[in-house]
Amino acid sequence: MAQYLLSVWHSDAHPIPDDPETMQKAFKQVDVFNAELQASGAWVFAGGLHPPATATVVRDDGGETIITDGPFAETKEQLGGFWIIEAADLDAALAWASKGSAACMASVEVRPFQGDEPES
Amino acid sequence: MPAVEASQLERIFREESGRAVATLVRLFGDIDIAEEMVQEAFVVASERWPETGLPPNPGGWITTTARNRAIDRLRREGSRHDRHAQAARLQQSAEPVEPEGDVKDDRLRLIFTCCHPALAPSAQIALTLRLLGGLETPYIARAFLVPEQTMAKRLVRAKQKIRDAKIPYRVPRDAELPSRLRSVLTVIYLVFNEGYTASEGDELVRADLCAEAIRLARLVAELMPDEPEVLGLLALLLLTESRRAARTAADGTIVLLPDQDRARWDRELIAEGQAIVRRCLRRNQPGPYQIQAAINAVHSDAATAADTDWGQILRLYDQLLAIAPSPIVALNRAVALAELEGPEPALIAIDSLDLDRYHLFHSTRAALLARLRRFDEAHTAYDRALALANNAAERALLEKKRNSLPTPSGR
Repeated sequence: MAQYLLSVWHSDAHPIPDDPETMQKAFKQVDVFNAELQASGAWVFAGGLHPPATATVVRDDGGETIITDGPFAETKEQLGGFWIIEAADLDAALAWASKGSAACMASVEVRPFQGDEPES
Repeated sequence: MPAVEASQLERIFREESGRAVATLVRLFGDIDIAEEMVQEAFVVASERWPETGLPPNPGGWITTTARNRAIDRLRREGSRHDRHAQAARLQQSAEPVEPEGDVKDDRLRLIFTCCHPALAPSAQIALTLRLLGGLETPYIARAFLVPEQTMAKRLVRAKQKIRDAKIPYRVPRDAELPSRLRSVLTVIYLVFNEGYTASEGDELVRADLCAEAIRLARLVAELMPDEPEVLGLLALLLLTESRRAARTAADGTIVLLPDQDRARWDRELIAEGQAIVRRCLRRNQPGPYQIQAAINAVHSDAATAADTDWGQILRLYDQLLAIAPSPIVALNRAVALAELEGPEPALIAIDSLDLDRYHLFHSTRAALLARLRRFDEAHTAYDRALALANNAAERALLEKKRNSLPTPSGR
């Protein structure tokens, strides 16, 4: 088994919904999806994030902490939330991502975590 | 024992390395180890076989030798590679590897891994040629006109992604199969196209790409005989390839279908392609490759360009347009329409197409305008096509066509 980060990305093509009705719909769908993930045993962790404007960037500069207003990257694409799942392989992870994308109505990026396997 | 020549070794390598690599990937779960050990086995073979002659089953010999070397190496490296060592322990028995059954499936698994949509299309193509075709990296780089280092990096990155993201090594499940198979067929089609249409680079390398694409299509058709689109693609490639010799004039310029010397078409390839098309038709599960193959089959039925059954071709294009609509299909359909109903309706049909950046749109328009004796407009359209075409042989043809127009009035 491997762990994958499924991150939810909003962009101009798939903006964060701003009407309450669509938001409620997305929340409900994500709840259903989360329940399915948990029931299957694939669930590790998940969370939705506040908008990028709430982010703060911290960097250690030789012992001194520098704090600046975020987000770190000023891009049109916004990270809206994420899941961490267990899956047998990429195809299994992609199948979850496809359901997750439908539920939250945004693009989902699938990225493997570094494991504890020896480098070859 | 018969002597073994270098060309024979090369042929065996091309034919057998994909099989051996695929089997070793299954046994050891690691593409790099599989590739390296198969290479080593071929080095041993090239030293040994010229003296001993060929073993009864060269492919089996290569696979067994590569497997034994991999086991030796993993043992030497001990527990550093736990996973691999474990795989090796399971495979210690020294019985020869059977060339049938599982091994056949291995190559199918490998092609689905290489053509996984999580990999960039350029990487899918490179990996397929490298791992299944046994082509060397510099050779693939030359075929696709990129620096060798770029191609090497592309391959390394793709293999890393397969390993780190755990792209599976198996034939996709039924639910995923249609889209994954499409990706495999696209890769094979693109390999063929690169060999067939590009005019830059080494002509022999390009002919090789076509041969390799046909070999891969045959392999997939043999392993998935119930997939009609696989057969459709194979037939399309065979029928297209049958015209290769007639497609180039002595001076290297392209000869278009109506002007080709049909005596130079390869009858054997045509017969094989047409037989496959008939087999597909009987199944009645049409798809884009099958229909394109059928269109090519109609062309290859005609003894002369004038004998072409354009009605049949138009019906096939209508069908293709219905299941896979695209402006390029609509453009090709218009060519058939012009043969049946004249240039005027064809011109009307294509004028609404959004293909302003496509050189063949303008050359098709130019040809239709010329037939309507609207030479000024035809001249302008050829100019536009020339400005967009970057293939030397195609440019030469366009220039020839433009220059053969009657002198435009007022110029």
